[in-house]
Amino acid sequence: MGSRMLDAKGRPVVVVTGIGLVTSLGVGARASWERLVSGQSGVKPITRFSTDGLRTTIAGTVDAFDITPLSAHDLSLTMAEVAASEAIAQAGIGRAGHFPGPLIVATPPSELEWPHLNRLLEGPSDAGLAGYQRILANARSGAFADLARHVRFAAIADSLQQRFGTEGEPLSVCTACASGATTIQLGLEAIRRGRTEAALCIGTDATVHPEGLIRFSLLSALSTANEFPHKASKPFSKRRDGFVMAEGAGALVLESYDAAKARGARVLAVVLGCGEKADDYHRTRSRPDGAAIIGAIRKTLDDACVAPDEIDYINAHGTSTPENDKMEYVSLHAVLGDHLARTPISSNKSMVGHTLIAAGSVEAVFSVMTIGAGVLPPTINYDEPDPDVPLDVVPNVSRPARVSTILSNSFGFGGQNVCVVFSGEPA
Amino acid sequence: MMRRARDHAWITGIGLISSLGHDTAAHWQKLNGSCTPRPVIDPQRFAPYTIHPLAAIDFAKQIPRTSDQRQMERWQKIGVYAAGLALADAKLAGDEDLLECTNLCIAAGNGERDLALDARILAAAGPGGAEGAYLNQSLTAGLRPTLYLGQLSNLLAGNISIVHKATGSSRTFKGEEMAGVSAVADAVARIEAGEGELFLVGGALNAEREDALLACELSGALYQDLYSSVWQRRAQGGGVIPGSLGAFLVLESARHARRRGAMPYARVSDVLSSRSRRGRGDVAAAAAGLFSRLGLNPKGGDLGILSGASGAEPATTEERQFIAGLAQRGVTPVVRAWGSVLGHSLEAHFIAGLALAALAISNEAFYPPFDTSEVESAHDVCPDRVLVTTFGHWRGEGMALAQSAW
Repeated sequence: MGSRMLDAKGRPVVVVTGIGLVTSLGVGARASWERLVSGQSGVKPITRFSTDGLRTTIAGTVDAFDITPLSAHDLSLTMAEVAASEAIAQAGIGRAGHFPGPLIVATPPSELEWPHLNRLLEGPSDAGLAGYQRILANARSGAFADLARHVRFAAIADSLQQRFGTEGEPLSVCTACASGATTIQLGLEAIRRGRTEAALCIGTDATVHPEGLIRFSLLSALSTANEFPHKASKPFSKRRDGFVMAEGAGALVLESYDAAKARGARVLAVVLGCGEKADDYHRTRSRPDGAAIIGAIRKTLDDACVAPDEIDYINAHGTSTPENDKMEYVSLHAVLGDHLARTPISSNKSMVGHTLIAAGSVEAVFSVMTIGAGVLPPTINYDEPDPDVPLDVVPNVSRPARVSTILSNSFGFGGQNVCVVFSGEPA
Repeated sequence: MMRRARDHAWITGIGLISSLGHDTAAHWQKLNGSCTPRPVIDPQRFAPYTIHPLAAIDFAKQIPRTSDQRQMERWQKIGVYAAGLALADAKLAGDEDLLECTNLCIAAGNGERDLALDARILAAAGPGGAEGAYLNQSLTAGLRPTLYLGQLSNLLAGNISIVHKATGSSRTFKGEEMAGVSAVADAVARIEAGEGELFLVGGALNAEREDALLACELSGALYQDLYSSVWQRRAQGGGVIPGSLGAFLVLESARHARRRGAMPYARVSDVLSSRSRRGRGDVAAAAAGLFSRLGLNPKGGDLGILSGASGAEPATTEERQFIAGLAQRGVTPVVRAWGSVLGHSLEAHFIAGLALAALAISNEAFYPPFDTSEVESAHDVCPDRVLVTTFGHWRGEGMALAQSAW
């Protein structure tokens, strides 16, 4: 038996040694972070397609890459590659084309978009067919094989595995807007079990296209504050009216503490623990008593061996919907009690928007940077507090503060609740 | 801290619905006769493609509330129904305390589009196709608000939590056939590591829709000729014949099952996978590599193999070569490819194979050949251990061992 660094439950300690980021604020973790802590918004009017007739016309799009024609698959893949390259370079792990561990990636829905359907309908078939019969006949010609990547659920994982040379079968996961956190949980578990010494965990999402926007709009989930895009995402404030869709990718290199130390890697943070709990109440709403979110937070603290009053700061899910922010407060209060009033909590989404599938990954990267920088990013657009949600949201301007233990929350449609606790490097 | 000895993953509940029937008893009865079972196919509705349509199912038996049914698309109903059968079979249904700590590991793609709406929008579009204000207005007016909830991958799991109250945790794995392997592997790893005791693992496919067929056919994966078994499609270029199916397993730690007196069908172990780039010979080499890692004991002798071959080429032919090569390892393979009778069910396919393996092991009888080719010898075998394989129609190779729990 070697002298492994074990946690209080006798499991290998797992750390973050590399991070990478693409958000509406910029390309690269540093670029995004600098605009984040200066309280800038990445939300803007949508210009990539006509918003004529839409209730919501703003989003936190990522427009930094020249991808023509644009598609959710191609932009999601590009962002994931850029974020993962940054994380792997920072970690200095493996060698070119070989990452020594599995890939776990959270990806958006795989589907044909309207330009694809238009192309398929206009194909060579002339047998008097219409609709999907015609589309299928055209697909049969073999002339549209280039579209297959859009409907293959493992296509993004497959490309990433080839690019980075990760080991074994890559995992593609979806727990809705908790997906990014789930990738970290799966990586943490694999390293704790001793199955691997490292894991590449990525979340990516680029679904700001007409149907993507309209279906959230029809669920009454989106802010319609189009006039001042920067002001639209206003988590925890009284006049919050929905989330703002956004694009982005976050990547983290997880390693066992021992493997990181053995190769002299710099430890950015420790992943102390993860927990999850499913809700059985409603497809888009939490149980009114918050039981599932409370369960997820409690399981997370238990897994991390952290007492509620040891949490120094919370990276909120904080979507800016009336429902989410209220339930997040109610549930946190149930677990943290009076300590919540002394615990700052802020929402990155007030600036980057809601990156959906990628949110848990993006916010994990920001959580790691919060520990390293000793600065709490603000919740911007906090102009009118909600008396029902009395929280120290780090209003509008960032705040210097050394924090050692951070809770990051991720909640998703379908009753998905996943939380992660990060801390600084062990003494 | 001393760790306890690794626990075993037992199958203690099965829910299976397909073209052959609406429960496990119907499947066992149809598949375990003395001769090759007759598949249920529909070659007309989606011609030139053949599919295996789902048997008549009264979804209300497992999804009693019409408000729940209204918010699900058919793939979700198939899955939620099969999940309910598995929970009832494991005697978990209605037991709130156990359901509260039942963890979901689901294999899913995403659900159906509103095909009629798509067709209407495309038909009425101008020469530039559906775009701009026309598209925005058509979708805003035409899409059912809850349709997206019928499409999201993780909403099969979400609906299972809502309808059956299984809420321990919830993870959805994507990626066609390999999603099923990932879901089983996650549950087995967590059981063996003591991270959970009760798991509901499964997937569902509604093959009876054009958008699902389209997803396969963009890369030319569908079989277009008259029905034939997976081993007999090579002359026509191979291809997939999809089948509607829902397959769910309750995987439970042996300690937990013993404690509550739950009887095992079988034990699952050695859930292995790889992802070859599919050059010539890659599938056969990957299969041989996975096989070498199996903890087979004894290493040689008769081995029942439930093959998840899809019919797609060259993977199916290479699997055949791999199986033929087992003789050199002292193994006498007795192969049955269930896709020939149930159709290919993508995310649910591997889980269905494990379900059939568990039925054979617990009934102490293997299946007659599922086709009449020389691949599936009529040789009988005592199914105290069954190898279940899956080879993705595009990517991914997976295997697991099901064996007697005793």
